[in-house]
Amino acid sequence: MDLEILIENVLNAVTAGITIGCIYGLMCIGLGLIFGIMRIVNFAQGELLMLGMFASFYLVSEGRVLSFLGPYWGPFIGAMSAAPLIFTGGALLHKFLISRVSGLRTVGSLDEGHFGQLVVTLGISLILQNGGQILFGSTPVAVRTPLSSEAFLIGPVYHGATVFLNKAKLVAFFVAVLAAVVLYVTLEYTRLGKALRAAADNPTAATYMGIDVDRAYRIAFGLGSGITAVAGGLMATYISFTPFVGFDYVIIMYSGVVLGGMGSIFGAFWGGVTVGFVQQFSALILPPQLQNAAIFVVFLMIVLLRPQGLFGRSAERA
Amino acid sequence: MKQGAGPHLRRNLTVLAVVSVVYLVVAMSVTNSYYQLILTLVPVWALFGVSWNILSGYGGQLSFGHASFFGIGAYAVTLGVVYWSLSPWLGIPLGMVLAGLAAIAIGFPTFRLRGHYFALSMLAYPLAILYVMQYLGFQEVSMPMHRESGLRFMEFSEPRIYTLLAVLLLVGGVAVSLVIENSRFGLALLAIRQNELAAEAAGINARLWKMRSLVVSGMMGAVAGGFYARVLLVVTPDSVFGMLVSAQAVVVTLFGGVASVWGPVIGAAILVPLAETLQAELGTYLPGIQGVVYGIAIIAIMLLSPDGLYWTIGDRWFRRAAPDGIPDLGPDLEPLPPPVRRASTHAAGPLLQVEGLSRAFGGLRAVSDVSFSITEGEILGIIGPNGAGKTTLFNVLNGVLAADEGSARLDGQALLGRKTFEVCRMGVGRTFQVVRSFPRLSVLDNVIVGAYGAGLADREAIAQAVRALHQVGLQDRSGVPAGQLTNKQLRLMELARALAGHPRLLLLDETLAGLGREECDDVLGVLARVRTQGMTICIIEHTMHAMMRLADRFVVLDHGRVLATGLPRAVVEDASVIEAYLGKKWLARRDA
Repeated sequence: MDLEILIENVLNAVTAGITIGCIYGLMCIGLGLIFGIMRIVNFAQGELLMLGMFASFYLVSEGRVLSFLGPYWGPFIGAMSAAPLIFTGGALLHKFLISRVSGLRTVGSLDEGHFGQLVVTLGISLILQNGGQILFGSTPVAVRTPLSSEAFLIGPVYHGATVFLNKAKLVAFFVAVLAAVVLYVTLEYTRLGKALRAAADNPTAATYMGIDVDRAYRIAFGLGSGITAVAGGLMATYISFTPFVGFDYVIIMYSGVVLGGMGSIFGAFWGGVTVGFVQQFSALILPPQLQNAAIFVVFLMIVLLRPQGLFGRSAERA
Repeated sequence: MKQGAGPHLRRNLTVLAVVSVVYLVVAMSVTNSYYQLILTLVPVWALFGVSWNILSGYGGQLSFGHASFFGIGAYAVTLGVVYWSLSPWLGIPLGMVLAGLAAIAIGFPTFRLRGHYFALSMLAYPLAILYVMQYLGFQEVSMPMHRESGLRFMEFSEPRIYTLLAVLLLVGGVAVSLVIENSRFGLALLAIRQNELAAEAAGINARLWKMRSLVVSGMMGAVAGGFYARVLLVVTPDSVFGMLVSAQAVVVTLFGGVASVWGPVIGAAILVPLAETLQAELGTYLPGIQGVVYGIAIIAIMLLSPDGLYWTIGDRWFRRAAPDGIPDLGPDLEPLPPPVRRASTHAAGPLLQVEGLSRAFGGLRAVSDVSFSITEGEILGIIGPNGAGKTTLFNVLNGVLAADEGSARLDGQALLGRKTFEVCRMGVGRTFQVVRSFPRLSVLDNVIVGAYGAGLADREAIAQAVRALHQVGLQDRSGVPAGQLTNKQLRLMELARALAGHPRLLLLDETLAGLGREECDDVLGVLARVRTQGMTICIIEHTMHAMMRLADRFVVLDHGRVLATGLPRAVVEDASVIEAYLGKKWLARRDA
């Protein structure tokens, strides 16, 4: 009997780990572009996720712009529609603020401008969180879809052990994987993608090759923002959120990107999946309040046990 | 002691006394209890900023998680009163002890990280504690009232007493910070911030100083937090461990001026009243206005004057005091005695003996089975084409890199396996291929870092640094920030920094790189002079020409291996050396 419950819990953790993990994976790709490839420390990435959630919320539930799509399609189309909005927002942020503490301006400085980036994005994060509280209020909201309270049942697999597949999470999972694949193909195989990666990898050399590095950075930052926002929109269908939701996820994102290996889109996705898995399995043994604390511990372990990560060298050249 | 520190310290303490008296006089005349609260909070946040500044300002270890210590102080005081009727007068010291222990526990793993990884990891601690506090059921803890024994529980009906206490705490914090700023502690932190590897190579134990700064900083943060809890009477995990708390320390300090004790005070005096007033006036309609103000302030200051108001205003309206000349040390400035060889059982052996040293990077054997020795008083030139492993060899010798195999002994004592600063203290000075200076410190302070590294006391260290500057001929530039020196002067300053540690062996990495012909001659002259004073030197160099004049003996490296050893003339004639440098064709033509 106990075995039955154990099996059911483990199987459900596995399926939840896969579905939520892939959504985390998409979220991490956004930061992977900005932090992993462009090497910009963006403290406000969690707030971009939050903006994606609220964009979807206003398009679908509150503003009803997309309500003609119905409660099944609407939330997911809404999540994807957050992308162009937050892309624009991210590109503007980069143009007016981030570009002044990153890219060509900081090439060759002692810390590659990380100090300035941390401080400026901390400011952006404070403004978006607290400004969000002014605009959106601090009552938790969610994007309503009947799918979030429906599930496919698989099994019983072993005696009574049954796997529950939440439909909202399942659809979100498919959308996330689709978006990740499209993005991966775009970055790896198109001319735009190659220019972005070249500019990110070595801005000075890319300038000499005739790439408009500022523009490439702006687009890449916008993309990174938009991708994370889509993941936010997808999550909005199965969690409730406030303007302060970002902090819980910024740590998850950094864990995923560092774990997956800096500079690799595929790695960032894989890192996000792993963190999602860890989080779901921690739910088996930890009370709910400590699950977030567990994520922080995981993050610390990742950066401590792999101080140079799965990437790069740690020793300075002397 | 930093140069001219005495008068600075006195002047700053005077300013501190005047400012706090004026502040108190103004504060005592305010009767509105809300404004009184703001006047109490200004010094509290200033104190928290001062504490953050010690770690992140002077030491440059950017922490986004200082709320850990603030919260520990706040909960220690509150839970102490609630559960054990512990007086806050004891609760605050208890919080300091706990925060100090937490600082050690946090610092021990986290100082393995640098830069933005350190900053992000520090963020994780208070947030993790926040969730644990919620889990433990301390969502909202209020302090019970003890009207009958108010003094014992730091409970006053007169709000101005809180303002007075807050100012006294801040004065204490500023005084601690001033003492640090004007001591070897402060100089070590500034050096670490500007170039950690150079500080290590100059004998500074960076880990230890960083840990000390975290402990001091954490304890001071706990005082701010504990007192804050006592003033507000209620704590929640979000209000003391939350992100806005950590951000507040960062914002007031960066806004006011980083790495100056006045920075956080100025920042808090401007931003806290502004944010609190806006929150009170507009908070009902615009509930997050406080955070928005802090966000805007920090972005604006970062883009407009990244060092903060104090430095910008100082630069613009008050010309900083002209750089001090060489301090007058009286008549006892004697020339440096030659390095004394410590009594040793290996009296006749070489000073440095390297045997079978190897170091690989993945598949690349950068240094491979290298053996050589250096006798006391000689100049050994290490030459070889690019990528021969010369710098790697130095890095292994002075502990920047670990060796895979082999041994190195300085006067019989094992060098390998020691940390960089330990190697320095054993008597191995080092300069770098790319000069590693502390650009914002004066030339003299740069050199004093080296003297401190050797463990000298203040007065001796200054004297030693002055001597070293005379030795290299830079005495006229001693008050100038290192960032303003020419390449040659930087090379000489780095040499002086190494000399100030009173080394027995100097490892010089391409000291002549990038110098013009005349500059080259000047530096060679200095090196020859240093050598006549009894110094043993091991120098890496590309240009054969200069080396022929300087070195007594050559070791030629190629692809990580020793190609030839011997007298300069013989080495230059050696066929394999010519091949490595000029190629087979050249060799064939010569032989033809």
